Amino acid sequence: MSNTAHSKAAKEFLKNQKYAQWHDQTFWSVRTKRDNMAYGLSEWEQLRETASAIKRHTLTHLDEYLDQFSTNAEKNGCIVHWAKDAAEFNEIVLSILREHHVKKMVKSKSMLTEECEMNPYLEAHGIEVVETDLGERIIQLKGQKPSHIVMPAIHLNHDDVGELFEEKLGTEKGNHDPTYLTYMARLSLRNEFLTADAGMTGGNFGIAETGDIVVCTNEGNADMSTSCPKLHIAAIGLEKVIPNYDCLAVFQRMLCRAGTGQPTTTYTSHFRKARPTASPMHIILVDNGRSEWMGNPEHWESLKCIRCGSCMNTCPVYRRSGGYSYSYFIPGPIGINLGMLRNPKEHSGNVSACTLCLSCQSVCPVKIDLGDQIYKWRQQLTSFGTANPQKKLMSSGMSFVFNHIGIYNSALWASPLANRLPRTLMYCSLNPWGEGHEMMQFPKESFHTLWKKGKVRKAKVKREK
Amino acid sequence: MKIGLFIPCYVDAVFPEVGVATYKLLTHLGLDVTYPEKQTCCGQPMANAGFEDKALPLAEKFEKLFKPFDYVVAPSVSCTAFVRFNYPRLFEGKHDCITAKKAIDIVEFLHDVVKPTSLPGKFPHKVSLHNSCHGVRELGLSSPSEQNIPPFNKIKDLLQLIEGIEVVEPERKDECCGFGGMFSVEETAVSAQMGKEKVERHIATGAEYVTGPDSSCLMHMAGIAKRQQLPIKFIHVVQILSAGL
Repeated sequence: MSNTAHSKAAKEFLKNQKYAQWHDQTFWSVRTKRDNMAYGLSEWEQLRETASAIKRHTLTHLDEYLDQFSTNAEKNGCIVHWAKDAAEFNEIVLSILREHHVKKMVKSKSMLTEECEMNPYLEAHGIEVVETDLGERIIQLKGQKPSHIVMPAIHLNHDDVGELFEEKLGTEKGNHDPTYLTYMARLSLRNEFLTADAGMTGGNFGIAETGDIVVCTNEGNADMSTSCPKLHIAAIGLEKVIPNYDCLAVFQRMLCRAGTGQPTTTYTSHFRKARPTASPMHIILVDNGRSEWMGNPEHWESLKCIRCGSCMNTCPVYRRSGGYSYSYFIPGPIGINLGMLRNPKEHSGNVSACTLCLSCQSVCPVKIDLGDQIYKWRQQLTSFGTANPQKKLMSSGMSFVFNHIGIYNSALWASPLANRLPRTLMYCSLNPWGEGHEMMQFPKESFHTLWKKGKVRKAKVKREK
Repeated sequence: MKIGLFIPCYVDAVFPEVGVATYKLLTHLGLDVTYPEKQTCCGQPMANAGFEDKALPLAEKFEKLFKPFDYVVAPSVSCTAFVRFNYPRLFEGKHDCITAKKAIDIVEFLHDVVKPTSLPGKFPHKVSLHNSCHGVRELGLSSPSEQNIPPFNKIKDLLQLIEGIEVVEPERKDECCGFGGMFSVEETAVSAQMGKEKVERHIATGAEYVTGPDSSCLMHMAGIAKRQQLPIKFIHVVQILSAGL
């Protein structure tokens, strides 16, 4: 069977067994921490139900809430921009930065700017962008992309980071002590905060009732990014808007518990307006496909996602193949689905990276039917022209056999012959099952045959005697 | 109460003894069991691979064969779940789906409908319970580890009726074994890795057997255990429940 890009990348990933096991165990431990948090709240399942209902409601009334949000943000003195796509978003950011003569911008973590590939765009236009979330900073220095949406540098260990810092930050040779490395990163970032002309944050939530942007971080880097420079730009996807603070309370109880297994993030920062001496705060609301996805009856619920990453942590395939094995920049179950919404032709290879175990939708704090959606995407591959021809042939063949009882019975009769095939013939490249498995032994008589010969019923009679 | 016995294709071909054990169990409990001889496959393998159109004619055939029964009982959680949850989708806009409401796995059927208070026979062994994904997260045979709901396990409840048995669960009690139908031949490396780790966790319990409600998971793990020469045996739940029959 011709293999997908994901399956090939996964095979490579698994060659380093020691690393692969560390990767699996690291994410499983995050899942365990999340479980302990979920079990600790008796109302957890009720919270999931409520969170899902709030998102469904907000998304299906999004025009009203966006209008309310932008009206209130403007009342607060913020300047609100609307970007229809990534290109427009990048242009808006650049124009604001140029207007303020910005040479360097610090930013807190934002998957939206990854999605719009903002950093390379700004850098090409002569603006230095410094990531300030530690994980993001590490992969920025390394020239990599995030391998996980919440823990972007989780694929690197302290030696990888130590060697990187020796080269980029001039740290002591061979000193890979995590505390030392964190201290040195902090020292270097402190300087960046103090010398930047602008700060950008993403946003976990936009509150329609107040026009506030709420950002959850563990490092306080969003606060540093907005408190030092005189200009703050906040960028959020349209789907991040929720009605009010009562709703925020529901998500705030879940986001971090689900994502990292902490009761809350260390910092939950609320931004309403610029401080008195600073320039007005800019808010950019980004569509980039979202309003179109809202109209997809089978897949719109992917927009409920609050980007906690718990579906990745629980996904047995993600844990054993890593973030880089997927073609979309968001990996794991939610990434498979968002990638298909973004560009199905390009990201079809990811939909087979799933056993349909459904752990993702069982763990999801906003109850997105992630696994069911992957199943539904698979049904559409033929229409995208990306269905695997061999899988299709196999399915047609099976369908034919199973649809003709005579042929099915002949196949049952013939199957024990497989038991006697020579090993070289059985375990060849034509039998992918044989790569990891010994073949099953076919019994002499199938259930069908036993039944026809009366042997099944006889088993019953024998017992009754 | 008329029972239609649904023996999925791979059980038919590879594990007829599981079909026989199911039949024995049901008849022992005084039930009227019929095996419609023209049955083959429910269509799940094709649909999960992305070809519902290839599954549809099989679903139509299944619907026609099993419609007359009060219950359609199968010793397979994933096939049962497919009929229950996906058939209505396949028939959407065509006609109602009758068998979706009647399809029931042997474990839930015994536990929720027949409710036996005793079963004959002994199984003086330590067994590690394999909680198959579709049993856990679609049919609700046990409380999913992800959810904060009161813990329960219908398979364990039934196995406790058998004298001498000791039932344990592996670490990561309901993590997928990596079978996933065509997943196992398309994502061979991940599938084998998951299977190997799963078998090792079952072995770590000190059990002699792995038992579960779905022969496909057991077949996958058995194939890997044999290749890796890992010392543990595999047995379907119904084979233990019918040990004394």
